[in-house]
Amino acid sequence: MYPTTLKDYLRESHLFRARAVSATLIILLLLLLLILHLAKLQITDHAHFTTLSRDNRVKVEPLPPTRGLIYDRNGVILAQNLPTHSLEITPERVKDLDRTLQELGRIIDISDNDRKRFARLKSHQRRFESIPIRVQLSDEEVARFAVNRHRFPGVDIQAKLLRDYPLKDVTAHILGYVGRINKRELQSIDTSSYSGTTHIGKNGIEKYYEAELHGKVGLQQVEINALGRVIRILESEPPAPGMDLHLTLDASLQRVAMEAFAEENGAAVAIDPRTGDILAMVSKPGFDPNLFVEGISSADYDALQNSDDMPLFNRAIRGQYPPGSTIKPFIGLGGLENGVITTSQKKYCPGYFQLPNLSHKYRDWKKAGHGPVDLDQAITQSCDVYFYDLAQQMGIDQLSEYLAPFGFGQKTGVDITGELGGLLPSREWKRATRNQSWYPGETLITGIGQGYFLTTPLQLASATATLASRGARVRPRIVRSIRRNGEPDPQEQPVSQQLQIARHSEANWDNIIEAMLQVTEGARGTARLIRNEQYRIAGKTGTAQVFTVKQEEKYEEEKLEKKMLDHALFIAFAPAEAPRIAVAVIVENGGHGGSVAAPIAKAIMDHQLLKERR
Amino acid sequence: MARYQPSGLPESNPTRAEGLLADLHLDLPLLTGLILLCGFGLLVLYSASGQDMAVIERQLIRLGIAFAVMVVVAQVPPATLRRWAPWLFAAGILMLIAVLVAGQVGKGAQRWLNLGLFRFQPSELVKLAVPMMIAWFLAEKSLPPRWSRLVIAGLMILVPVLLIARQPDLGTSLLVASAGIFVLFLAGLSWRFIGGMTVTAIPVSWVLWEWGMRDYQRNRVLTFLNPEWDPLGTGYHIIQSKIAIGSGGLYGKGWLNGTQSYLEFLPEGTTDFIFAVLSEEFGFIGILLLLALYLVIILRGLYIAAQAQDTFSRLLGGAVTMVFFVYLFVNTGMVSGILPVVGVPLPLVSYGGTSLVTIMAGFGILMSIHTHRKLLPT
Repeated sequence: MYPTTLKDYLRESHLFRARAVSATLIILLLLLLLILHLAKLQITDHAHFTTLSRDNRVKVEPLPPTRGLIYDRNGVILAQNLPTHSLEITPERVKDLDRTLQELGRIIDISDNDRKRFARLKSHQRRFESIPIRVQLSDEEVARFAVNRHRFPGVDIQAKLLRDYPLKDVTAHILGYVGRINKRELQSIDTSSYSGTTHIGKNGIEKYYEAELHGKVGLQQVEINALGRVIRILESEPPAPGMDLHLTLDASLQRVAMEAFAEENGAAVAIDPRTGDILAMVSKPGFDPNLFVEGISSADYDALQNSDDMPLFNRAIRGQYPPGSTIKPFIGLGGLENGVITTSQKKYCPGYFQLPNLSHKYRDWKKAGHGPVDLDQAITQSCDVYFYDLAQQMGIDQLSEYLAPFGFGQKTGVDITGELGGLLPSREWKRATRNQSWYPGETLITGIGQGYFLTTPLQLASATATLASRGARVRPRIVRSIRRNGEPDPQEQPVSQQLQIARHSEANWDNIIEAMLQVTEGARGTARLIRNEQYRIAGKTGTAQVFTVKQEEKYEEEKLEKKMLDHALFIAFAPAEAPRIAVAVIVENGGHGGSVAAPIAKAIMDHQLLKERR
Repeated sequence: MARYQPSGLPESNPTRAEGLLADLHLDLPLLTGLILLCGFGLLVLYSASGQDMAVIERQLIRLGIAFAVMVVVAQVPPATLRRWAPWLFAAGILMLIAVLVAGQVGKGAQRWLNLGLFRFQPSELVKLAVPMMIAWFLAEKSLPPRWSRLVIAGLMILVPVLLIARQPDLGTSLLVASAGIFVLFLAGLSWRFIGGMTVTAIPVSWVLWEWGMRDYQRNRVLTFLNPEWDPLGTGYHIIQSKIAIGSGGLYGKGWLNGTQSYLEFLPEGTTDFIFAVLSEEFGFIGILLLLALYLVIILRGLYIAAQAQDTFSRLLGGAVTMVFFVYLFVNTGMVSGILPVVGVPLPLVSYGGTSLVTIMAGFGILMSIHTHRKLLPT
């Protein structure tokens, strides 16, 4: 059965050699083909692939600038950047997100809130951007992850600076806070200067001075591997840090003001009348702004948002309250300056006021009436009837015309985002907004700061400061100086005097200020509680009605819910002879200004004026 | 050890001129080529592994084992191999069936058989058993074979190929099929038949595509046809490896300086895609050097086969050499993007792989064929 003959053997050997030669030729042909193909890749298309290879490994990365710091007027830090480590996931690079989260959970604590925040951020961020799953890792957690890092492609520790507000609720409303850039903000900012930056000022100073605080983005060319991890830096242009802000605010005064409110809600603003410096600006209750920086949990947010106390609401610049009786010194001054009244003229107060031929009784807060009162007494005892009469004599046109230069009804222009302008009622305003004519009765209640009249605490403080500086109105400011990039010293922001109110007679101003002194010093002054020996306070109490008491209905404070109580107001400046501080305080549902609001103003002024003696 | 002796030829010893090498039944030119190739391969592997000496040590151990296997196989005379052929083939088929029934799953495929002490891939044995079996079968009758015998030989190839394809392991089934077909080719399969088969291959491949392939296999073919089709999926491998090769240029980026592999853009940089690392770092010149080394080995293999004294040895030796070329061509073709991605290593250069032992055993056969020749009256 085996091939046995030599002939067969030679024939098969010959056949095989022919086939071996064919095989060799085929092999050589195929190798040639391969070599030609490789030559095309390596020689003809070399440049193209070199570019692709470079693109592969070199990436331009933005270097986000460090946000500027915020200090108070004495150099106390109010907003800083704390180095922190967060654990971030780039969804695009993770194959099985759920499993990765589960595995991560075994190494590092991940709470439900963390997961929720992650899911929320993930839904409105692009897939190649990294999203924090945990923030503020401890050193131990950082180490624990570092050891296991190879198991988690697409997950990385990010060292970054986290905005921190050490005074928390005390400065919350003034500073505002930063938060992650949202879709709406993305459309309004220059995205290239924000590349690499995740946070932006959302509120308050952080928003108003965003351009200064942000700084200038830098760039670096880095070599990355296929997993997107940076291997080394090739070239870099450093970022320029944001500018530091030095505020007019006095952090210790701010704290005193905050604490003076105790459990009450409301607002207080203290201004240096000479410069417009806001020394303290409180809105109670406050909130912890640090909660917002890395994304507040929805439970926390709902609690803040739905609270009846409205802690997120900045009452100092957005709260609009009727000025109540605190408007009386301004109107009294207007009456004197316009020659409508004189200081010696007396009016009889029977406890109510009636317009000619009308039955409606405009009541005084003192049911029995004050009897015959002059201007001084009318201010000191806050007689409503006197001012009903004065308002009627002046008329609404003269009233609003005289009050406008003090800043009522317009924004003060303070450098904090979100200010509202209040409302100074006038004939034109009513026609323009309501298409109604003005009624004489409305003039009367405007005369005691009620009705349509609305002011913000800041406006009231600014008007008080204007009164204290005898008509020189200065724009309130919160930033005193800015340390620009590269400069060693901060640069003072100019004081901007807005206008000088015309003074017909110095005696008129003296008279009003003297009357305001009697409010705190006189035997029947409504704020005699805060009289003191160290310095003299010119003040005025006020009560803003939350609701209107119907005719002939008895006003019974005790029966009213706290919510229905009047707002207590107090304005003051001191020392009366050379004012260095002007204050406006409003205590929501506080009752009477003299007993509730005035002590808060006193605490603020004490701290400011008795500093040297402490 | 009982030896088969061709009838009518006088018994004599091989020449002793090569001393020790001859005693060990080794062929100097083939051995030199293999050592040079493995040395070059280690150099590339050192870079591709990120300069990991542990990888080099493990590869050295594997190479040592593989060379030892080669030396052992070289001691077995071709006649003995011929007698073993049917038994090895039968054992191979049985083990392939066992793998499908009770094999271990690794990387989504069932390829391993756990023999208690060690794990074993029967498909590796089959890579050699199939050409041995076909060579044994065809050497029984005079060549060229008749049609009836061709059909039987075809079935002998088809059975193990289908069994391996079911694991699924496209690369190995391809290698096994080519090993068997090369025996047929060297045995004198008529050119007309080869032409006819090429024409029939088209409808057959369509049937295979529709019913015979798994999703990942289809994906590989699709990506091969258009790498940009899914740049982050399978096509990503090919694009990245083409970038590595192309950016290497004429002279390469230099040893240890390949950015594609260093930065982990290359998948499987130490194993199936090591050719891309080599191309990136050593450039076109390096590729020519590598291919020259392979060509030396292949030409020497074919020469040995042509010099062989019996049909079985010739067919087996030639087929083993040509399979070695298939490894080379399929791997480089795949890495450079002219062939689909099938898991075939670059022979003797890629890291690890059980195929290393099989390949070296093949060279052992070639050396045995060459060193067990008897003096012929020419």
